[in-house]
Amino acid sequence: MLQVEHLSYEVTEGGSRQTILQDVSFDVKDGEMLVITGPNGGGKSTIAKLLMGIYEASEGKILLDGNNLSDMSIDERANAGIGFAFQQPPRFKGMTVERFLNLAAGEKLGGKVCCELLGNVGLCAKDYIHREIDGTLSGGEMKRIEIASVLAKKHKICIFDEPEAGIDLWSFSMLVKQFEKIHESKKESLLLISHQERIIRMADRIMVIRDGRVEACGPKTEMLKTLALDTMESPACIRREERGE
Amino acid sequence: MAELDQITSQVLAQIDPEGFKQEGAFNLRYNGYSLCHGDSEHIKIRRKEDKPGIDVYISKETQGEYVHIPVVMSQSGMTDVVYNDFYIEDGAVVTIIAGCGIHNSGCNDSRHDGIHAFHIGKHCNVTYEEKHYGEGNGTGGRILNPVTQIYMDEDSVCTLDTTQIRGVDSTKRKTEVEIGAGSRLYVTEKLMTHGDQDAQSDMEIRLNGEESSAQVISRSVAKENSKQVFHPRAIGNSGCHAHIQCDSIIMDQANVCSIPEIDAHHVDAQIIHEAAIGRINNEQLMKLRTFGMTEEEAEAVIIENFLN
Repeated sequence: MLQVEHLSYEVTEGGSRQTILQDVSFDVKDGEMLVITGPNGGGKSTIAKLLMGIYEASEGKILLDGNNLSDMSIDERANAGIGFAFQQPPRFKGMTVERFLNLAAGEKLGGKVCCELLGNVGLCAKDYIHREIDGTLSGGEMKRIEIASVLAKKHKICIFDEPEAGIDLWSFSMLVKQFEKIHESKKESLLLISHQERIIRMADRIMVIRDGRVEACGPKTEMLKTLALDTMESPACIRREERGE
Repeated sequence: MAELDQITSQVLAQIDPEGFKQEGAFNLRYNGYSLCHGDSEHIKIRRKEDKPGIDVYISKETQGEYVHIPVVMSQSGMTDVVYNDFYIEDGAVVTIIAGCGIHNSGCNDSRHDGIHAFHIGKHCNVTYEEKHYGEGNGTGGRILNPVTQIYMDEDSVCTLDTTQIRGVDSTKRKTEVEIGAGSRLYVTEKLMTHGDQDAQSDMEIRLNGEESSAQVISRSVAKENSKQVFHPRAIGNSGCHAHIQCDSIIMDQANVCSIPEIDAHHVDAQIIHEAAIGRINNEQLMKLRTFGMTEEEAEAVIIENFLN
């Protein structure tokens, strides 16, 4: 189980302190899917980066299965069981997709496994496995390879920062199926940051972050009734549903 | 067959990626003399009479053969100058594996200056691979100053692949190429320096023939207090194409100076250069660390990927 206790993050800009995240507490139980949503600039991606150790928290504790990760480096947290997909993944000129997936897995994967991983995110393996992760790939292709890299290894919890951004509808459907599969297996916990209605609807629990604070957090059934209308990218159908239309 | 000691075998393993064997056409230069050599049916190696070095005659019947001519120096304080000339007949297809490794366990400088000249005929395809490497726990310097001269006739292809990954304290590399009509040159230069090492690479490519072309890719990593200077120069004397690309990663307190020069003497000469120097990409570093690699491991992967 992931436990986050009183997490705060402050930065100094132009000589003055600015609070980005204040006193955020939540947990993600084993096999659970938590979706964090909320308006842009509210602090959702900051939470993800604090969990992975990319940013250093000003205050608070992060525990995974009771182990305090707060002072651990990025790689130590990864080895403790956190997987992380960047919202805007970097390119690696000269590195093939196959090598990238092998590095992600920490072992040499067979061609069949690489093909499955790429297929799960809607990429035809034979077209991509030997391609370089460079400027010739579109943003959507990069995003799908990024997600495949997280799926290449078993984790206790996988964090996906806006996995839907920049990918087409068909690939998005493939991705949703993949999340459903992980969720149904209950082997890995999922923490997704998303504005996407279909992803939000998959959650066990939903947490809304606004202005660096937890505005609301609860089971999906309750949260969908009270969810602020502007937190989601395509909230229209949910709004209609909640109004009984 | 000559018996090779452990140091020599160890150095050869580093500089000859194909694996040095005393068969076919080969010449092993060891501490300033030819330790062993052999000819093949199509490739003959002859010792020079007037100065140190060899003449390598590659006949037109040569199709896909290899020539191995490594140099190993293990005697501290030695300066070795060698002149190797290659005469490649029209239509030959050959790969030449050169390379020099210095094992210096003493306190005096060991230095090797290899001057290689390639006379390439028409319709040839020549690949020249050269790896430079230094090792040994002595305080004496390991110095390598290679000179490569390539004279290409018409409609030939020459691929020049040079690598210096570690252990060489000082290097001054000089490359001069003359390209005839319809001939193509591909150069890949990979270099990594660390400590107080310094490396300088001067390259002059003269595109003399119509439809000649050259592509130069230089990749380097400079660590700690090391210094690197690159000066590739492409001179277009005819309707030709040339592209020079120099990319460097700079780390710690290193210094990298990249000066690509393009010089057109013909209205149809199309010559392009690109040069970039930058630190290791922090986002790449973060990404690899999310795979569970330490910062050092992630850096090593990025550098290896960049150089390869």
